[in-house]
Amino acid sequence: MQNNKMAGIWQQISRNQILIPIAALLLLALFNLIADPSFFRITLKDNANGDPVLSGQLISIIDSGSELAILAIGMTLVTAASGGQDISVGAAIAISGSVLLRVLCGSDSRSEEMQAPIIVAFVIACIVSMLFGAFNGALVAYFKIQPMVATLILFTAGRSVAAWINNNELPIVKDPSFSYYGNYIPGIPIPAPFLIAIVCFVVTWLVLKFTTLGLYVQSVGINEKTSRLNGLNPELIKLLTYVLLGLCVAVAALIKVSRISTINYSVIAKDIEMDAILAVALGGNALSGGKFNMAASVLGAYVIQFLTTTLYKFEVNAAALPAYKAVVVILLVVMSAPTVREKLSALVKKINGGASAEKT
Amino acid sequence: MMNLPNVLRRDPGKRMTDTNLLTTITIAVFLVMYIASILILGEGFRKPQQMLNLISTNAYLIILSCGMSLVMITGGIDISVGGVTALVAMCCAVYLDQGGGNVFVSMLIAVGIGLAFGVVQGYLIAYLNVQPFIVTLAGMFFARGMTTIVHTNPFNVENESFVALKDFRIVLPLLGSYTRKGKYIPATIEIGVIVALLIVIVLFCVLKWTKLGRNFYAVGGNKQSALMLGINVKRTTFASYVICGLLAGIGGYVYFMHVGSGSPSHAMGAEMNAIAASIIGGTMLTGGVGNIIGTLFGVLSLELIKNIVASVGLDQAWWTGITIAAMLCIFLVVQSVIIARRKKANASAAAEKVPKGGVT
Repeated sequence: MQNNKMAGIWQQISRNQILIPIAALLLLALFNLIADPSFFRITLKDNANGDPVLSGQLISIIDSGSELAILAIGMTLVTAASGGQDISVGAAIAISGSVLLRVLCGSDSRSEEMQAPIIVAFVIACIVSMLFGAFNGALVAYFKIQPMVATLILFTAGRSVAAWINNNELPIVKDPSFSYYGNYIPGIPIPAPFLIAIVCFVVTWLVLKFTTLGLYVQSVGINEKTSRLNGLNPELIKLLTYVLLGLCVAVAALIKVSRISTINYSVIAKDIEMDAILAVALGGNALSGGKFNMAASVLGAYVIQFLTTTLYKFEVNAAALPAYKAVVVILLVVMSAPTVREKLSALVKKINGGASAEKT
Repeated sequence: MMNLPNVLRRDPGKRMTDTNLLTTITIAVFLVMYIASILILGEGFRKPQQMLNLISTNAYLIILSCGMSLVMITGGIDISVGGVTALVAMCCAVYLDQGGGNVFVSMLIAVGIGLAFGVVQGYLIAYLNVQPFIVTLAGMFFARGMTTIVHTNPFNVENESFVALKDFRIVLPLLGSYTRKGKYIPATIEIGVIVALLIVIVLFCVLKWTKLGRNFYAVGGNKQSALMLGINVKRTTFASYVICGLLAGIGGYVYFMHVGSGSPSHAMGAEMNAIAASIIGGTMLTGGVGNIIGTLFGVLSLELIKNIVASVGLDQAWWTGITIAAMLCIFLVVQSVIIARRKKANASAAAEKVPKGGVT
């Protein structure tokens, strides 16, 4: 009996999605703890502006993993509804950031003052980014093009469009208040991107909790035909998820651009689409759509950043980083593959059965 | 001649298959673009050498796209080909420069690397049911990272026998041109072109006339019914990835023969170009539809439009990206509309054919 109960609990835990990123996180933390405990040290230091801020490896993880976490929110919705991924988010960040700078700097790329309030620029960037999201969404929902292929269009054109918007100039915002969003807000020792990510996550959580959006997205992802028969409009819901991803992209772009107060079209948010998709996969969400777990995706994003920071700490060449990431990903994916899981659980049962047989 | 009437009888008035229709469109578009550029832009386009150069430069892309089309026909995707190309070039370069320096061994290395990637990815995808996108994404990361680990900096290969191979040109009779002074310049192509064309022909024949080729289409069209027809779905999927990996290895060597150097930044974005070329060539990512000849013309169209954009005078870097994306967009929408209309027509035709009394 005891054993059966234990096996039951074990099964329940192992079925829970969020276990995958948590296990990965614990594994990484354990590894770092053994290798170098100073990894977890957090100190209060003064930054260049003289404000006291927290610093340490953990802080840098929650700081630089935030854009990824915000993107993971939108990517989870898109994945769940359309059963495919948007590979254009990196290019869309370039466009959105370019628009932001264009509005802030006006025609003069070296202006001393901002030409428009930040909020106006941000809203315009949001609208543009959501329009591009709607373009992707329309291709996917109404023209029935596979998401990866449909977003390939923006992926190819995005960085070119971004350069075109600013006439290939690199505007610099000199106003210090613009840099708050990517660094620290004076008086708050926690990195601003992390705060923005938390706000985004809480808002999404509330929306999913108090509206039927989450349910609709899942039902469209699980079976489009039956959800249509139940009176939903699958096309509209798919479109909506892409527009929401556009919004996430705009927020991420604000952080990215604010970090350096300028933009580099070919480098900004490079390969972030791959990391965002990985975050969704790490969160245990099926990439073929259907059920999703938002918290797991966001945690997945931070796990990826944790891995990146760990590897940097061991002085791995930045260009060689992907190789290590790939090994981790393959291990995780193989572990969570249904066939392997079945075999593992059969093995666990066998061991349990053997143990109980020994007792009797 | 005996079976000609048979062929005619088999499809009297039957319309073209989706595959043939999409291929025809691609070839037509390519011819129109080429003839238009000869008539309007004249100059360089009138010389056959321009076209031959274009093919020589992109022989590797043709090979990669063939593998990509094959995987896409089976309903999967392989985004690791660009990374494998870079890795193959780097490994061969390092071997030729520092190792023994035997050209044949370097070829074996190239094929071996490609096969290894194909086998591992194919096994994970076909037998462990992991998402192709995630597996090959990890493959891409791994290949890119490994390239840097093998050697960090770009360098040229100075091995004598390799340089001889690299500079070897095949002279085509009749296609040469005369300069203004009356000097005859022979038309030449690289060895890679022959390899690429051979692969195109072999793959075309395999897909058209062998059991394996038909299995690819069957698995891509509908996995369930393929299984019920007694096709070994897993083995077929596995085979498609192995062939794609092998072609990536060969493509990598052809690329290496063209550039003659190893560098971590080689073949950046080649996977996306290969996907775009396959799509323009009429292969659909949903699987079951596609043609190698179409892919060949897809690559040529893609590169021709780059040339046209450059010679029209839109030489700012962003125009290339925007034109390719626009072209991709148009092709995708046209494909999607055509397929949707044909589906509707087929459905109504099927409804007409079924007698009202049910199956007789």
